[in-house]
Amino acid sequence: MSRSSRLFVNKAFIALSSVTALLGLFFLGWILFTLLSKGVQALEWRIFTEDLVNGGLRNLMWGQFVLSVMATLLAVPIGVLAGIYLQEYANHTRFANFVRELSDVMMSAPSIVIGTFVYAILVVPVGHTNGWAGIVALAILMLPIVVRTTDDMLSLIPRELREAGVALGVPKYRIILDIIVRAAKVGIMTGLLLAFARIVGETAPLLYTSGTSEYWTTNLNETFPSLTVAIYNLATMPEEKLVQLAWAGAFILTVFVLLLNIVGRYVVREKRM
Amino acid sequence: MSETSLRNMMKVRDFFFTYPNVDHPSLKNINLDIKEKRITALIGPSGCGKSTLLRALNRIHDLYPGCKYEGEIHLQRVEGDGYDDILQWDTETQLIKLRQRVGMIFQKPTPFPMTIYDNVAYGLKLQGIRNKSELDDRVEQAFRDAAIWDEVKDRLNKDARGLSGGQQQRLCIARAVALRPEVILFDEPTSALDPISTVAIEEMIMELREHYTIAIVTHNMQQAARISDYTAFMYLGELVEYDATETIFTNPSQKQTEDYITGRFG
Repeated sequence: MSRSSRLFVNKAFIALSSVTALLGLFFLGWILFTLLSKGVQALEWRIFTEDLVNGGLRNLMWGQFVLSVMATLLAVPIGVLAGIYLQEYANHTRFANFVRELSDVMMSAPSIVIGTFVYAILVVPVGHTNGWAGIVALAILMLPIVVRTTDDMLSLIPRELREAGVALGVPKYRIILDIIVRAAKVGIMTGLLLAFARIVGETAPLLYTSGTSEYWTTNLNETFPSLTVAIYNLATMPEEKLVQLAWAGAFILTVFVLLLNIVGRYVVREKRM
Repeated sequence: MSETSLRNMMKVRDFFFTYPNVDHPSLKNINLDIKEKRITALIGPSGCGKSTLLRALNRIHDLYPGCKYEGEIHLQRVEGDGYDDILQWDTETQLIKLRQRVGMIFQKPTPFPMTIYDNVAYGLKLQGIRNKSELDDRVEQAFRDAAIWDEVKDRLNKDARGLSGGQQQRLCIARAVALRPEVILFDEPTSALDPISTVAIEEMIMELREHYTIAIVTHNMQQAARISDYTAFMYLGELVEYDATETIFTNPSQKQTEDYITGRFG
């Protein structure tokens, strides 16, 4: 190929990839712009002080928060321990590689499938939607992310650090707890935060599990308020006021997730040594 | 030097070592004495097995399953009345004891993710020392032995990873020395350091010789000549020649050794 034709191909390639990148950004910008203009318009103080039954979103935000935090409490210990097992005890075994593959597959499983599965095991036997089912569905969604994050972060710790612990006569479980996990702490925390941000905006796993409610409740045995499911319901209502509420809810959720991501990606990283 | 009366701290006998999933042993028929309170250097070209041999002396290979040891490696008993074959030890407790008696310093400094003080106090606490003033004394003494006390005494509560490379390496030496091991193994301790830090570490190793038995793997022949009392030359997994350092560097008996130290290969 001559020099001029190489230059031409190069320029064409840059132009094409720039256009596609801009295309992606364009739609993202559009979504954010619509959300911003409609959402800010719909924002009222009562949204934060009243429950849905009185035209606010208070109980829904609370419900979403409770479901997500409880799911995190369930998924994190199991996931972190599993990640430690994969990297520190079973690394390079066929079983570990199998579990890793499985986690990767689970991460890309459609969340509605997980919702349906939990519906079958925790909603059908009880007879009605309930908070616990929502928590379990979110936890299942979160688990593979936590496992893989922990596994990956631990794998970044240099071999020499483990050997240094061994060379000092430190028992293996202490090496893991005091040295390896501590060295990987910032990375694991960032991963957990991002995993939390991932589940906090989920709708599909909650649709038939927690359902959503118009009232304030702390009883997880009953149908539990969920902001995302409520947005889904409200957005298709004929009444303009309710659609406005959906916009406000979507806006609040987006800002919250965005903030979590920013904290996860930048603030925590800054503190890294 | 008339040193025939010196006792052996460790004795390697008819030793073979094979890595996992490899057919041929990486170390073949090694016989070597590590003299008490002397510095023994292991030299040889890359891949000759010198690090592999060093890492067998505290059985750190056991970290990776599937390694095969054959032969005997004897370590003098604490009471000094005989030897134990460390290859016979197989419980975790025995191996932990072994590593507390045979410490190791690595090529890359490995500070733990904790404060400077805790890096050294950590091993002591694991040994059951709880008394704060005793801990303080032992930590200070270890830092002094590693010639780094003046540099860290005002920042003991800072994260150890903030130290320079040379300081980190001396911190690691302090951490090993704090446990009062009998033997310290150095695996190319200065190859990741600048020349000034290298001199500091070499001087410290020579001072440690008074209290500790030392084995050091080095790529740097001048370093071996400068600091060691005995030198073992290894090539292709075999021990070619072992003698007093002076003899090895001035009057080696093997042709291969001579070729290597005169820079004809490797």
